[in-house]
Amino acid sequence: MLYLSKTDRLKLLAFAAVVLLMPIWLTPLGAAYPGLMQKFAIYAIFAIGFNILFGLTGYLSFGHAAFLGVGSYTAVWSFKLLTMDILPAMIFAVIVSGIFALVIGFFSLRRTGIYFSILTLAFAQMCYSLAYSVLTPITNGETGLLLTRNDPRIIDTALGAAHVGAEGLPSPTFLGIAMSGYSGFYLCAVLLILAFFIAQKIFASPFGLALRGIKSNQTRMIYTGFNTKPYTLAAFVISGMFAGLAGGLLAVTDPIAGAERMRWTESGNIVLMTILGGVGTLIGPVIGAWVIEYFENIFSAINKNILNQTFDFLPDGLQNVIVTVASKFVGEGWHLTLGLLFVFIVVFLPGGLVEGWQKLMARFRGKGREKK
Amino acid sequence: MNAFLAQLLNGLDKGGAYALIALGLTLVFGTLGVVNFAHGALFMLGCFCAVAFRALITIETITIDPTKLSPWGQPLEIRTPVVQDWLGSWGTVIVDYSVPLSILLTIPVMLAIGIGIERGLIRHFYKRTHAEQILVTFGLAIVIGEVVKAGFGPNPWPQPIPNALRSAADIGRWIGMEPGALTYPWWRMIYLFFALSVIAGVFAFLRFTTFGMVVRAGMADRETVGFLGIDIDRRFTVVFGLAAVVAGVAGAMYTPLLPPNYQIGMDFLVLSFVVVVVGGMGSLPGAVLAGFLLGILQSFASMTEVKSIIPGIDQVIIYLVAVIILLVRPRGLMGRRGVMES
Amino acid sequence: MSTTPNIVLHAADVFKNFGGLRALSDIDLQIEEGKTHAIIGPNGAGKSTLLNVIIGRIPPTSGAVIFDGTVLTGKAPHEINQLGISRVFQTPEIFADLSVLHNVMAPAFARRDGAFRLSMFRTTAREDEIRAEAEHLLQDFGMWERRNDHAGALSRGDKRRLELCMCLIQHPRLLLLDEPTAGMSRHDTNTTIDLLKKIKSRGMTKVIIEHDMHVVFSLADKISVLAQGRIIAQGLPEDIRVNPDVKKAYLGGHTE
Repeated sequence: MLYLSKTDRLKLLAFAAVVLLMPIWLTPLGAAYPGLMQKFAIYAIFAIGFNILFGLTGYLSFGHAAFLGVGSYTAVWSFKLLTMDILPAMIFAVIVSGIFALVIGFFSLRRTGIYFSILTLAFAQMCYSLAYSVLTPITNGETGLLLTRNDPRIIDTALGAAHVGAEGLPSPTFLGIAMSGYSGFYLCAVLLILAFFIAQKIFASPFGLALRGIKSNQTRMIYTGFNTKPYTLAAFVISGMFAGLAGGLLAVTDPIAGAERMRWTESGNIVLMTILGGVGTLIGPVIGAWVIEYFENIFSAINKNILNQTFDFLPDGLQNVIVTVASKFVGEGWHLTLGLLFVFIVVFLPGGLVEGWQKLMARFRGKGREKK
Repeated sequence: MNAFLAQLLNGLDKGGAYALIALGLTLVFGTLGVVNFAHGALFMLGCFCAVAFRALITIETITIDPTKLSPWGQPLEIRTPVVQDWLGSWGTVIVDYSVPLSILLTIPVMLAIGIGIERGLIRHFYKRTHAEQILVTFGLAIVIGEVVKAGFGPNPWPQPIPNALRSAADIGRWIGMEPGALTYPWWRMIYLFFALSVIAGVFAFLRFTTFGMVVRAGMADRETVGFLGIDIDRRFTVVFGLAAVVAGVAGAMYTPLLPPNYQIGMDFLVLSFVVVVVGGMGSLPGAVLAGFLLGILQSFASMTEVKSIIPGIDQVIIYLVAVIILLVRPRGLMGRRGVMES
Repeated sequence: MSTTPNIVLHAADVFKNFGGLRALSDIDLQIEEGKTHAIIGPNGAGKSTLLNVIIGRIPPTSGAVIFDGTVLTGKAPHEINQLGISRVFQTPEIFADLSVLHNVMAPAFARRDGAFRLSMFRTTAREDEIRAEAEHLLQDFGMWERRNDHAGALSRGDKRRLELCMCLIQHPRLLLLDEPTAGMSRHDTNTTIDLLKKIKSRGMTKVIIEHDMHVVFSLADKISVLAQGRIIAQGLPEDIRVNPDVKKAYLGGHTE
């Protein structure tokens, strides 16, 4: 059950090293603080899960943010009602989002192609709208679901456990260790490595082969004796559970859950990460998630002052022009850069960064041979 | 009964907007075979054509009259819109009617934008998968939205209804009810008739011109039309331009009803996709029918009586209908067999 | 109406109407175990309709198709395959994005694991039995060297061979071939005939839908001739060859 091929084992080891050593190699890039690294890990988990559906079966869901949101809400409720320990919170987040995915997937998967995309989009928008309106008792509407000092937390109370940070609001713990700062990051990192391992297993399994068969040729699949429905539904639920886990972890980072996490732009974001990195590859979605989170962090922090300093060497007029233009692409305008990046990737590099890298390598190798 | 009629009327103009957007969306899909997630952005651009038009005609000259003082003791600044300066009282009228007049700007601008987008981007995606089309147009929609945000800022831009049209028509009295029993704001009524005439125009264009005939033939059977040796490419460009114009004018005229900001396109896009799917992918009458139907349904769902029975129904009615239609009648109300099913 | 033990497939009194149009009438077709049975007929004779009725894709207006004691009508394609019927399409249906080897392995999993199995913690590469069988088949069909290539990159002839491998690895009780040489050059057609002769020795029941006489007479043990939705003649190839009704309906008076 835990078997991996030799190359997969090497990949997993390398991946684990890269993830665990983030605090070191991200330092020169100016991104080595726990909050950001935690986000790297969480969105990578989300993207890996999304890729199991989109990358393997080719079903493009535009509603995966719903599961992210459900995961967050569930985790916060677990913090409020049961305990500040993250273990039950994560388990419930995965289970509840899995149930949501089962229901939504059951209906959405009755259609294919764009109809499937629209159905998932419609379901997610329903979740989003309801979270804002009727479900306010559960979601706390626009304010977002927050922890309070008066929450029952029955398990904690029964055990008489002292809350870490007893002064103000309690913060999430894991077996008594506060999950903030670096411990929080390492939690996410370990879960990311686990998620990567599961994805590796699925990719290499007959189940994964069947999913790829569905993407490649549904007609052949059914005339070969495969019942494609349970296969796609299983992939949908698995990817929903990954999203739920990611949502739960977001709630660990910051114990608040809001409906905006379920907005369809958030679904679009995860599609973007997967595409940017490389659909259907193991490592692509992770890279996509990291690149986007990194640049969002860097670009949105740049302001006019920084630009002015950077282009100080230019003559004044030119400097003004460049700074004015450039300022539209950074800070608040980061999304413009993101959109352009998106278009460029789809137009020129449909296989994403991973394929681009492979092409580049192939070219180098080709040139090397010619010289010989 | 009155409340019922009032909601019906309210739903009609909203339905008109949905129908216009869905019409262009399905036209592009049916002829070019492209799933255009940037269509909502075109609607939004139309809205901002109206905003820009008003901004242009209200450019003011400032003259300082040193002989008079403002209440703050500074020399009095006299601001006159340039148009008024040039055209006198006609200028005032033009400023007042900026929204309907902005169509004159919207049409050429949207045509140019539409043609530009088709030539520059969409054209290269005819042969790519629907997923890739969705992705590239989704990216384009982000770009358009952000460009507008960079130019106009993130806040909504309210646009005025012309003075003469601000009141409401007393429809109740026309049909023999008490005065004031059933009213319908003039501008909403104008929007409804505007939407109907644009729809009629598009249908007439497709039915009675040779160009339209080819386009319809292309919607029915793309390959055959290709075999006939008809230059499809140029027509595709025009179709896309036409869809952009329809979405644009729909947006420009809608600005007094809903102040636009850069996100309005995304909101309308999701709705109009639902409309297209409910109507049946690739069916023009289906898109129009579904547009009005969903507008009215949404309007009814937001009645307090309905909301008290099923809370939250106004928020989800459209999506709920879409889900039900897709599951029960996968080709939509008037969709043809075999469209987009593989 | 009893099925004798050596009848694998029995289409009994099948009628099919499309609206007012009668596509098939009074079809009674029995396929004997181990034989190659060809169904021939001019275009529009109802060959495709008959095939689709047999595999349960189209329900007959009346009558039934019985495979080995099971009624096929109303069953989903994957259920019919699980009963032991594999199908070769007019245009080869393969997994273009997968490697040739995986193309052949996937159907073997469907045979072994059934229509669905959540085997996410097994490893494809360690399924030695299936892998060995797939490689063996590929060797037999001269495609072993290409086992790691993308199937989409194969030539049309190779795709046809690959599709045959995909069907054969399932050890079907009945193999349906829908115009296996349609649109092929004479050379490719002959290669395909050789191929089919080769698998004939494996002793599985086959139904071939075909309009190419050359193919039919080189392969079939038994022939049914379809014209205007009816079976007008049935018998051994040499009988069919001289049957005057067949000449009239099928060849339209002229011979090749």
